[in-house]
Amino acid sequence: PRALSVSPSSAESHPGKTPPRPRRKWEVFPGKNRFFCDGRLILSRQSGVLPMTLVLIVVTCGLFFTFDCPFLVKHLTVFIPVIGGVLFVFVMASLLRTSFTDPGILPRATADEAADIEKQIDTSGSSSYRPPPRTKEVLINQQVVKLKYCFTCKTFRPPRTSHCSLCDNCVERFDHHCPWVGNCVGKRNYRFFYSFIVSLSFLTSFIFGCVIAHLTLRSQTGESLIQAIQESPASTVVELVICFFSIWSILGLSGFHTYLVASNLTTNEDIKGSWSSKRAGEEHGNPYSYNSIITNCCATLCGPMPPSLIDRRGWLSLEEPIPAASTLEMELPTFAEKNDAEMRGDKP
Amino acid sequence: VWFQFHNLQDLRHSASLVTKVFIQRDYSEGTVCRFLTKFPSELDNRIERSLFEETVKTLNSYYIEAEKIGGQSYLEGCLACATAYIAFLCMETRYEQVLKKISGYIQEQNEKVYAPRGLLLTDPIERGMRVLEISVFEDQGSVSSSPSSSMSLAGGSA
Repeated sequence: PRALSVSPSSAESHPGKTPPRPRRKWEVFPGKNRFFCDGRLILSRQSGVLPMTLVLIVVTCGLFFTFDCPFLVKHLTVFIPVIGGVLFVFVMASLLRTSFTDPGILPRATADEAADIEKQIDTSGSSSYRPPPRTKEVLINQQVVKLKYCFTCKTFRPPRTSHCSLCDNCVERFDHHCPWVGNCVGKRNYRFFYSFIVSLSFLTSFIFGCVIAHLTLRSQTGESLIQAIQESPASTVVELVICFFSIWSILGLSGFHTYLVASNLTTNEDIKGSWSSKRAGEEHGNPYSYNSIITNCCATLCGPMPPSLIDRRGWLSLEEPIPAASTLEMELPTFAEKNDAEMRGDKP
Repeated sequence: VWFQFHNLQDLRHSASLVTKVFIQRDYSEGTVCRFLTKFPSELDNRIERSLFEETVKTLNSYYIEAEKIGGQSYLEGCLACATAYIAFLCMETRYEQVLKKISGYIQEQNEKVYAPRGLLLTDPIERGMRVLEISVFEDQGSVSSSPSSSMSLAGGSA
Protein backbone atom coordinates (compact mmCIF):
# COMPACT_ATOMS: atom_id res chain seq x y z
CA PRO A 1 0.00 0.00 0.00
CA ARG A 2 1.25 3.39 -0.89
CA ALA A 3 1.82 5.85 1.94
CA LEU A 4 0.69 9.42 1.50
CA SER A 5 1.50 11.78 4.32
CA VAL A 6 -1.09 14.39 5.17
CA SER A 7 -0.24 17.75 3.69
CA PRO A 8 -3.09 20.19 3.14
CA SER A 9 -2.55 22.35 0.12
CA SER A 10 -3.32 25.97 0.68
CA ALA A 11 -2.84 27.50 -2.75
CA GLU A 12 -5.52 27.21 -5.36
CA SER A 13 -4.54 26.01 -8.82
CA HIS A 14 -4.32 28.44 -11.72
CA PRO A 15 -7.67 29.71 -12.96
CA GLY A 16 -8.51 28.69 -16.46
CA LYS A 17 -6.88 25.26 -16.19
CA THR A 18 -8.78 22.06 -15.42
CA PRO A 19 -10.54 22.23 -12.05
CA PRO A 20 -8.66 20.63 -9.13
CA ARG A 21 -9.48 16.96 -8.73
CA PRO A 22 -12.01 16.19 -6.01
CA ARG A 23 -10.27 15.28 -2.79
CA ARG A 24 -11.26 13.05 0.04
CA LYS A 25 -11.43 14.27 3.60
CA TRP A 26 -8.50 12.20 4.79
CA GLU A 27 -6.18 14.26 2.67
CA VAL A 28 -6.83 17.33 4.80
CA PHE A 29 -7.12 15.59 8.13
CA PRO A 30 -5.55 17.82 10.78
CA GLY A 31 -4.25 15.12 13.09
CA LYS A 32 -0.82 13.49 12.91
CA ASN A 33 -1.95 10.39 11.09
CA ARG A 34 -1.06 8.45 8.01
CA PHE A 35 -3.63 6.99 5.68
CA PHE A 36 -3.38 4.04 3.34
CA CYS A 37 -5.58 2.52 0.66
CA ASP A 38 -7.26 5.83 -0.10
CA GLY A 39 -8.36 6.43 3.46
CA ARG A 40 -9.48 2.94 4.40
CA LEU A 41 -6.60 2.34 6.79
CA ILE A 42 -5.34 4.77 9.39
CA LEU A 43 -2.14 4.72 11.37
CA SER A 44 -0.39 7.15 13.66
CA ARG A 45 2.41 9.11 12.07
CA GLN A 46 4.60 7.91 14.93
CA SER A 47 4.27 4.30 13.93
CA GLY A 48 7.63 3.66 15.50
CA VAL A 49 7.98 0.10 16.53
CA LEU A 50 5.20 -1.56 14.53
CA PRO A 51 7.57 -2.97 11.89
CA MET A 52 9.68 -4.43 14.68
CA THR A 53 6.63 -6.05 16.28
CA LEU A 54 5.71 -7.62 12.96
CA VAL A 55 9.26 -8.82 12.33
CA LEU A 56 9.57 -10.35 15.80
CA ILE A 57 6.33 -12.27 15.49
CA VAL A 58 6.94 -13.45 11.93
CA VAL A 59 10.56 -14.44 12.56
CA THR A 60 9.79 -16.36 15.74
CA CYS A 61 6.91 -18.20 14.12
CA GLY A 62 8.95 -18.84 11.03
CA LEU A 63 11.74 -20.40 13.04
CA PHE A 64 9.19 -22.42 14.97
CA PHE A 65 7.54 -23.84 11.88
CA THR A 66 10.81 -24.54 10.13
CA PHE A 67 12.87 -26.12 12.86
CA ASP A 68 10.63 -27.37 15.60
CA CYS A 69 7.51 -28.51 13.85
CA PRO A 70 8.98 -31.29 11.72
CA PHE A 71 10.51 -32.90 14.77
CA LEU A 72 7.44 -32.49 16.93
CA VAL A 73 5.07 -33.73 14.26
CA LYS A 74 7.13 -36.88 14.04
CA HIS A 75 7.35 -37.42 17.77
CA LEU A 76 4.21 -35.92 19.18
CA THR A 77 1.21 -34.99 17.12
CA VAL A 78 0.31 -33.26 13.91
CA PHE A 79 -1.83 -30.77 15.80
CA ILE A 80 1.22 -28.80 16.90
CA PRO A 81 1.61 -26.80 13.68
CA VAL A 82 -2.17 -26.60 13.32
CA ILE A 83 -2.57 -24.93 16.69
CA GLY A 84 0.46 -22.78 16.00
CA GLY A 85 -0.96 -21.74 12.66
CA VAL A 86 -4.35 -20.81 14.09
CA LEU A 87 -2.76 -18.78 16.86
CA PHE A 88 -0.46 -17.05 14.39
CA VAL A 89 -3.35 -16.06 12.14
CA PHE A 90 -5.30 -14.76 15.12
CA VAL A 91 -2.36 -12.73 16.40
CA MET A 92 -1.65 -11.15 13.02
CA ALA A 93 -5.31 -10.36 12.34
CA SER A 94 -5.75 -8.74 15.77
CA LEU A 95 -2.53 -6.80 15.44
CA LEU A 96 -3.37 -5.44 12.01
CA ARG A 97 -6.88 -4.61 13.11
CA THR A 98 -5.55 -2.73 16.14
CA SER A 99 -2.99 -0.81 14.16
CA PHE A 100 -5.10 0.20 11.21
CA THR A 101 -8.43 0.92 12.86
CA ASP A 102 -9.55 4.38 13.84
CA PRO A 103 -9.33 4.22 17.67
CA GLY A 104 -12.29 6.54 18.15
CA ILE A 105 -10.91 9.86 17.04
CA LEU A 106 -13.19 12.82 17.66
CA PRO A 107 -13.22 15.18 14.71
CA ARG A 108 -12.41 18.77 15.61
CA ALA A 109 -15.19 21.25 16.05
CA THR A 110 -16.26 23.36 13.10
CA ALA A 111 -15.64 27.09 13.29
CA ASP A 112 -19.30 27.78 14.10
CA GLU A 113 -19.35 25.32 16.98
CA ALA A 114 -16.14 26.71 18.41
CA ALA A 115 -17.51 30.25 18.25
CA ASP A 116 -20.73 29.13 19.92
CA ILE A 117 -18.87 27.46 22.79
CA GLU A 118 -16.56 30.45 23.25
CA LYS A 119 -19.60 32.69 23.49
CA GLN A 120 -21.10 30.47 26.18
CA ILE A 121 -17.90 30.39 28.20
CA ASP A 122 -17.48 34.14 28.03
CA THR A 123 -21.02 34.99 29.06
CA SER A 124 -20.87 32.70 32.07
CA GLY A 125 -17.68 34.26 33.46
CA SER A 126 -17.85 37.51 35.41
CA SER A 127 -15.74 40.56 34.74
CA SER A 128 -14.61 41.10 38.30
CA TYR A 129 -12.29 38.15 38.55
CA ARG A 130 -10.26 36.05 36.16
CA PRO A 131 -12.45 33.45 34.47
CA PRO A 132 -11.95 29.95 35.84
CA PRO A 133 -10.12 27.38 33.74
CA ARG A 134 -12.26 25.91 31.05
CA THR A 135 -13.97 23.01 32.72
CA LYS A 136 -17.57 21.94 32.87
CA GLU A 137 -18.97 19.70 35.57
CA VAL A 138 -21.43 16.94 34.88
CA LEU A 139 -23.17 14.52 37.17
CA ILE A 140 -22.80 10.91 36.05
CA ASN A 141 -24.33 8.24 38.25
CA GLN A 142 -24.27 10.60 41.24
CA GLN A 143 -20.59 11.24 40.68
CA VAL A 144 -19.18 14.62 39.72
CA VAL A 145 -17.07 14.39 36.59
CA LYS A 146 -15.09 17.34 35.24
CA LEU A 147 -15.11 17.80 31.48
CA LYS A 148 -12.11 19.70 30.18
CA TYR A 149 -12.05 22.01 27.20
CA CYS A 150 -9.60 20.90 24.54
CA PHE A 151 -7.82 23.88 23.02
CA THR A 152 -6.71 21.97 19.95
CA CYS A 153 -10.05 20.43 19.08
CA LYS A 154 -12.04 23.41 20.36
CA THR A 155 -14.66 21.38 22.14
CA PHE A 156 -15.44 20.10 25.60
CA ARG A 157 -14.11 16.58 25.79
CA PRO A 158 -16.74 13.93 26.46
CA PRO A 159 -16.13 11.85 29.59
CA ARG A 160 -13.31 9.30 29.25
CA THR A 161 -11.93 11.11 26.23
CA SER A 162 -8.34 12.25 26.23
CA HIS A 163 -6.14 14.13 23.81
CA CYS A 164 -3.19 12.15 22.52
CA SER A 165 -0.24 14.47 22.04
CA LEU A 166 1.53 12.04 19.73
CA CYS A 167 -1.35 11.84 17.29
CA ASP A 168 -2.75 15.29 18.08
CA ASN A 169 -6.27 13.93 18.29
CA CYS A 170 -8.91 13.58 20.96
CA VAL A 171 -9.66 9.87 21.28
CA GLU A 172 -12.79 8.49 22.91
CA ARG A 173 -12.30 6.16 25.86
CA PHE A 174 -8.58 6.76 25.48
CA ASP A 175 -6.56 3.91 26.90
CA HIS A 176 -2.99 4.66 25.87
CA HIS A 177 -0.83 5.24 22.81
CA CYS A 178 0.89 1.96 22.07
CA PRO A 179 4.16 2.30 20.14
CA TRP A 180 4.21 -1.46 19.46
CA VAL A 181 1.07 -1.27 17.38
CA GLY A 182 1.78 2.24 16.12
CA ASN A 183 -1.62 3.64 17.05
CA CYS A 184 -3.69 4.87 19.96
CA VAL A 185 -5.83 2.32 21.75
CA GLY A 186 -9.32 3.70 22.31
CA LYS A 187 -12.96 2.87 22.21
CA ARG A 188 -13.06 1.34 18.75
CA ASN A 189 -9.97 -0.83 18.79
CA TYR A 190 -9.64 -1.82 22.44
CA ARG A 191 -11.22 -5.22 21.84
CA PHE A 192 -8.75 -5.87 19.00
CA PHE A 193 -5.87 -4.83 21.24
CA TYR A 194 -7.06 -7.11 24.01
CA SER A 195 -7.42 -10.04 21.60
CA PHE A 196 -3.96 -9.29 20.33
CA ILE A 197 -2.22 -9.41 23.69
CA VAL A 198 -4.18 -12.43 24.91
CA SER A 199 -3.58 -14.44 21.75
CA LEU A 200 0.04 -13.34 21.73
CA SER A 201 0.43 -14.64 25.29
CA PHE A 202 -0.96 -17.98 24.17
CA LEU A 203 1.27 -18.00 21.11
CA THR A 204 4.48 -17.21 22.97
CA SER A 205 3.69 -19.68 25.74
CA PHE A 206 2.85 -22.30 23.14
CA ILE A 207 6.08 -21.77 21.21
CA PHE A 208 8.09 -21.70 24.41
CA GLY A 209 6.52 -24.95 25.54
CA CYS A 210 7.09 -26.58 22.18
CA VAL A 211 10.74 -25.59 22.10
CA ILE A 212 11.27 -26.95 25.60
CA ALA A 213 9.48 -30.15 24.59
CA HIS A 214 11.64 -30.37 21.48
CA LEU A 215 14.86 -30.08 23.45
CA THR A 216 13.68 -32.47 26.12
CA LEU A 217 12.67 -35.08 23.58
CA ARG A 218 15.94 -34.75 21.76
CA SER A 219 17.96 -35.20 24.92
CA GLN A 220 15.84 -38.21 25.82
CA THR A 221 16.49 -39.95 22.51
CA GLY A 222 20.13 -40.38 23.32
CA GLU A 223 21.60 -36.98 22.64
CA SER A 224 22.62 -34.75 25.51
CA LEU A 225 20.96 -31.40 26.00
CA ILE A 226 24.04 -29.51 24.78
CA GLN A 227 24.14 -31.57 21.61
CA ALA A 228 20.46 -30.95 21.04
CA ILE A 229 20.95 -27.23 21.30
CA GLN A 230 23.97 -27.40 19.01
CA GLU A 231 21.91 -29.13 16.34
CA SER A 232 19.89 -26.03 15.66
CA PRO A 233 21.67 -23.34 17.63
CA ALA A 234 20.37 -20.12 16.19
CA SER A 235 16.73 -20.97 16.03
CA THR A 236 16.47 -22.46 19.48
CA VAL A 237 18.33 -19.74 21.28
CA VAL A 238 16.51 -17.00 19.42
CA GLU A 239 13.13 -18.52 20.09
CA LEU A 240 13.87 -19.16 23.72
CA VAL A 241 15.15 -15.67 24.35
CA ILE A 242 12.32 -13.94 22.52
CA CYS A 243 9.66 -16.08 24.09
CA PHE A 244 11.09 -15.86 27.56
CA PHE A 245 11.08 -12.08 27.62
CA SER A 246 7.81 -11.82 25.77
CA ILE A 247 6.03 -14.14 28.13
CA TRP A 248 6.91 -12.09 31.16
CA SER A 249 5.88 -8.80 29.63
CA ILE A 250 2.92 -9.91 27.53
CA LEU A 251 1.40 -12.14 30.19
CA GLY A 252 1.76 -9.32 32.68
CA LEU A 253 0.13 -6.92 30.28
CA SER A 254 -2.71 -9.34 29.58
CA GLY A 255 -3.31 -9.76 33.27
CA PHE A 256 -3.33 -6.03 33.80
CA HIS A 257 -5.77 -5.43 30.96
CA THR A 258 -7.99 -8.26 32.15
CA TYR A 259 -8.24 -6.41 35.44
CA LEU A 260 -9.03 -3.19 33.58
CA VAL A 261 -11.71 -4.86 31.49
CA ALA A 262 -13.28 -6.44 34.54
CA SER A 263 -13.52 -3.12 36.33
CA ASN A 264 -14.35 -1.08 33.21
CA LEU A 265 -11.33 1.18 33.58
CA THR A 266 -8.89 2.57 31.09
CA THR A 267 -5.11 2.59 31.50
CA ASN A 268 -5.32 6.37 31.52
CA GLU A 269 -7.79 6.42 34.41
CA ASP A 270 -5.88 3.79 36.31
CA ILE A 271 -2.58 5.63 36.05
CA LYS A 272 -4.11 8.94 37.02
CA GLY A 273 -6.00 7.29 39.84
CA SER A 274 -9.21 9.04 38.86
CA TRP A 275 -11.46 6.58 40.62
CA SER A 276 -9.16 5.18 43.28
CA SER A 277 -10.80 4.72 46.65
CA LYS A 278 -8.49 7.28 48.27
CA ARG A 279 -9.75 10.09 46.09
CA ALA A 280 -13.33 9.02 45.60
CA GLY A 281 -13.69 8.06 49.21
CA GLU A 282 -15.86 5.03 48.56
CA GLU A 283 -15.58 1.44 47.44
CA HIS A 284 -16.43 1.78 43.76
CA GLY A 285 -15.74 5.32 42.63
CA ASN A 286 -15.95 4.46 38.96
CA PRO A 287 -19.27 5.76 37.63
CA TYR A 288 -18.98 3.79 34.42
CA SER A 289 -18.66 0.39 36.04
CA TYR A 290 -21.69 -1.86 36.01
CA ASN A 291 -20.51 -3.29 39.34
CA SER A 292 -20.46 -6.78 37.92
CA ILE A 293 -17.36 -8.34 36.43
CA ILE A 294 -19.23 -10.23 33.75
CA THR A 295 -21.24 -7.22 32.63
CA ASN A 296 -18.12 -5.09 32.52
CA CYS A 297 -16.31 -7.64 30.38
CA CYS A 298 -19.24 -8.05 28.04
CA ALA A 299 -19.79 -4.33 27.72
CA THR A 300 -16.16 -3.62 26.93
CA LEU A 301 -15.38 -6.54 24.65
CA CYS A 302 -18.71 -7.55 23.17
CA GLY A 303 -20.43 -4.21 23.10
CA PRO A 304 -21.74 -2.69 19.87
CA MET A 305 -19.07 -1.55 17.47
CA PRO A 306 -19.35 2.23 17.20
CA PRO A 307 -18.81 3.79 13.78
CA SER A 308 -15.83 5.89 12.81
CA LEU A 309 -16.62 9.55 13.38
CA ILE A 310 -13.98 10.90 11.06
CA ASP A 311 -15.45 10.52 7.60
CA ARG A 312 -12.17 9.60 5.96
CA ARG A 313 -13.42 8.67 2.53
CA GLY A 314 -16.02 11.37 2.15
CA TRP A 315 -15.49 13.95 -0.57
CA LEU A 316 -14.52 17.49 0.22
CA SER A 317 -16.94 20.09 -1.05
CA LEU A 318 -15.18 21.82 -3.96
CA GLU A 319 -16.68 25.26 -3.34
CA GLU A 320 -15.30 25.63 0.16
CA PRO A 321 -11.67 26.69 0.40
CA ILE A 322 -9.63 24.79 2.96
CA PRO A 323 -9.68 27.06 6.02
CA ALA A 324 -6.54 27.88 7.94
CA ALA A 325 -8.12 26.79 11.18
CA SER A 326 -8.48 23.12 11.80
CA THR A 327 -11.97 22.37 10.55
CA LEU A 328 -12.92 19.32 8.65
CA GLU A 329 -16.51 19.35 7.48
CA MET A 330 -18.40 21.43 4.96
CA GLU A 331 -20.23 24.50 6.21
CA LEU A 332 -23.69 23.70 4.92
CA PRO A 333 -24.57 20.07 4.51
CA THR A 334 -25.88 19.03 1.14
CA PHE A 335 -28.07 16.00 1.12
CA ALA A 336 -26.70 14.52 -2.08
CA GLU A 337 -23.14 14.56 -0.88
CA LYS A 338 -24.08 13.41 2.56
CA ASN A 339 -25.87 10.41 1.17
CA ASP A 340 -22.93 9.67 -1.08
CA ALA A 341 -20.51 9.79 1.79
CA GLU A 342 -22.60 7.44 3.87
CA MET A 343 -23.30 5.07 1.04
CA ARG A 344 -19.63 4.75 0.27
CA GLY A 345 -19.40 2.86 3.44
CA ASP A 346 -17.41 3.79 6.46
CA LYS A 347 -15.84 0.47 7.26
CA PRO A 348 -12.83 1.06 9.43
CA VAL B 1 -42.98 14.99 -1.66
CA TRP B 2 -41.57 16.75 -4.72
CA PHE B 3 -42.99 20.03 -3.54
CA GLN B 4 -41.48 19.62 -0.10
CA PHE B 5 -38.13 18.61 -1.55
CA HIS B 6 -38.26 21.69 -3.71
CA ASN B 7 -38.80 23.71 -0.55
CA LEU B 8 -35.70 22.15 0.98
CA GLN B 9 -33.65 23.03 -2.09
CA ASP B 10 -34.79 26.61 -1.78
CA LEU B 11 -33.48 26.68 1.75
CA ARG B 12 -30.09 25.46 0.71
CA HIS B 13 -29.59 27.58 -2.36
CA SER B 14 -31.41 30.82 -2.00
CA ALA B 15 -32.26 31.47 1.65
CA SER B 16 -29.64 33.22 3.72
CA LEU B 17 -28.35 31.70 6.91
CA VAL B 18 -29.01 33.72 10.03
CA THR B 19 -27.41 31.64 12.73
CA LYS B 20 -26.73 28.11 13.87
CA VAL B 21 -27.99 26.64 17.09
CA PHE B 22 -26.04 23.81 18.67
CA ILE B 23 -27.76 21.26 20.91
CA GLN B 24 -25.03 19.84 23.11
CA ARG B 25 -24.59 16.35 24.43
CA ASP B 26 -26.17 15.22 27.67
CA TYR B 27 -23.62 13.22 29.67
CA SER B 28 -25.74 12.62 32.75
CA GLU B 29 -26.23 8.98 31.76
CA GLY B 30 -22.58 8.37 31.06
CA THR B 31 -20.86 8.10 27.71
CA VAL B 32 -23.95 6.91 25.81
CA CYS B 33 -25.00 9.25 23.02
CA ARG B 34 -27.77 11.57 24.20
CA PHE B 35 -28.69 15.15 23.45
CA LEU B 36 -30.06 17.76 25.82
CA THR B 37 -33.78 18.33 25.41
CA LYS B 38 -33.58 21.87 26.74
CA PHE B 39 -35.32 24.20 24.29
CA PRO B 40 -32.87 26.83 22.99
CA SER B 41 -34.05 30.42 23.19
CA GLU B 42 -33.05 31.21 19.61
CA LEU B 43 -35.82 28.94 18.35
CA ASP B 44 -38.47 30.60 20.47
CA ASN B 45 -40.65 32.01 17.71
CA ARG B 46 -39.60 29.55 14.99
CA ILE B 47 -40.87 26.19 16.14
CA GLU B 48 -43.18 24.74 18.77
CA ARG B 49 -41.45 23.45 21.87
CA SER B 50 -43.24 20.11 21.73
CA LEU B 51 -42.13 19.36 18.16
CA PHE B 52 -38.54 20.09 18.99
CA GLU B 53 -38.58 17.95 22.13
CA GLU B 54 -40.24 15.16 20.20
CA THR B 55 -37.43 15.19 17.64
CA VAL B 56 -34.68 15.12 20.22
CA LYS B 57 -36.37 12.43 22.30
CA THR B 58 -36.83 10.21 19.23
CA LEU B 59 -33.20 10.69 18.26
CA ASN B 60 -32.11 9.81 21.79
CA SER B 61 -34.17 6.64 21.69
CA TYR B 62 -32.55 5.66 18.40
CA TYR B 63 -29.10 6.09 19.89
CA ILE B 64 -30.05 4.04 22.94
CA GLU B 65 -31.18 1.29 20.58
CA ALA B 66 -27.90 1.45 18.66
CA GLU B 67 -25.75 1.24 21.77
CA LYS B 68 -27.84 -1.32 23.58
CA ILE B 69 -25.78 -4.13 25.06
CA GLY B 70 -27.87 -7.19 24.59
CA GLY B 71 -28.35 -10.37 22.63
CA GLN B 72 -27.58 -9.09 19.19
CA SER B 73 -24.49 -7.15 20.15
CA TYR B 74 -23.07 -10.18 21.98
CA LEU B 75 -23.74 -12.31 18.95
CA GLU B 76 -22.00 -9.82 16.72
CA GLY B 77 -19.07 -9.53 19.09
CA CYS B 78 -18.55 -13.25 19.53
CA LEU B 79 -18.96 -13.99 15.84
CA ALA B 80 -16.46 -11.32 14.96
CA CYS B 81 -14.00 -12.57 17.57
CA ALA B 82 -14.32 -16.15 16.34
CA THR B 83 -13.47 -15.08 12.80
CA ALA B 84 -10.47 -13.01 13.97
CA TYR B 85 -12.53 -9.87 13.36
CA ILE B 86 -12.63 -10.43 9.64
CA ALA B 87 -16.43 -10.60 9.94
CA PHE B 88 -16.53 -6.88 10.69
CA LEU B 89 -15.17 -6.19 7.23
CA CYS B 90 -18.01 -8.02 5.55
CA MET B 91 -21.13 -7.28 7.52
CA GLU B 92 -22.88 -4.12 8.49
CA THR B 93 -23.01 -3.72 12.24
CA ARG B 94 -26.21 -3.01 14.12
CA TYR B 95 -24.96 0.48 14.95
CA GLU B 96 -24.56 1.28 11.26
CA GLN B 97 -28.05 0.00 10.54
CA VAL B 98 -29.51 2.26 13.21
CA LEU B 99 -27.48 5.19 11.90
CA LYS B 100 -29.12 4.72 8.51
CA LYS B 101 -32.50 4.78 10.18
CA ILE B 102 -31.52 7.96 11.99
CA SER B 103 -30.48 9.75 8.82
CA GLY B 104 -33.76 8.73 7.22
CA TYR B 105 -35.63 10.09 10.20
CA ILE B 106 -33.75 13.38 10.12
CA GLN B 107 -34.43 13.75 6.40
CA GLU B 108 -38.11 13.14 7.03
CA GLN B 109 -38.20 15.60 9.92
CA ASN B 110 -36.47 18.21 7.81
CA GLU B 111 -38.93 17.80 4.97
CA LYS B 112 -42.06 17.77 7.07
CA VAL B 113 -41.37 19.91 10.11
CA TYR B 114 -38.21 21.98 9.91
CA ALA B 115 -37.82 23.18 6.33
CA PRO B 116 -41.31 24.75 6.22
CA ARG B 117 -40.26 26.75 9.28
CA GLY B 118 -36.95 27.84 7.77
CA LEU B 119 -34.82 25.48 9.85
CA LEU B 120 -32.50 22.65 8.90
CA LEU B 121 -31.26 19.79 11.05
CA THR B 122 -27.79 18.38 10.51
CA ASP B 123 -27.25 14.70 11.27
CA PRO B 124 -25.04 14.54 14.40
CA ILE B 125 -22.82 11.95 12.74
CA GLU B 126 -21.61 14.69 10.42
CA ARG B 127 -20.48 16.68 13.42
CA GLY B 128 -18.75 13.76 15.11
CA MET B 129 -21.74 13.18 17.41
CA ARG B 130 -20.71 16.27 19.34
CA VAL B 131 -23.74 18.41 18.64
CA LEU B 132 -27.10 18.47 16.94
CA GLU B 133 -26.74 21.44 14.65
CA ILE B 134 -29.81 23.41 13.64
CA SER B 135 -29.29 25.99 10.90
CA VAL B 136 -31.68 28.90 11.20
CA PHE B 137 -32.53 30.60 7.91
CA GLU B 138 -34.08 33.95 7.26
CA ASP B 139 -37.74 33.79 8.02
CA GLN B 140 -39.44 34.88 4.79
CA GLY B 141 -42.72 35.42 6.61
CA SER B 142 -41.63 37.91 9.27
CA VAL B 143 -39.53 41.08 8.99
CA SER B 144 -36.60 39.99 11.12
CA SER B 145 -35.95 37.02 13.34
CA SER B 146 -33.77 38.82 15.91
CA PRO B 147 -30.71 36.58 15.98
CA SER B 148 -28.62 36.56 19.13
CA SER B 149 -25.34 36.38 17.25
CA SER B 150 -24.81 38.02 13.90
CA MET B 151 -23.30 35.47 11.58
CA SER B 152 -24.46 36.15 8.07
CA LEU B 153 -23.27 33.51 5.69
CA ALA B 154 -24.91 33.52 2.31
CA GLY B 155 -26.12 30.03 1.64
CA GLY B 156 -25.83 30.05 -2.11
CA SER B 157 -22.30 31.24 -2.71
CA ALA B 158 -20.34 30.00 -5.72
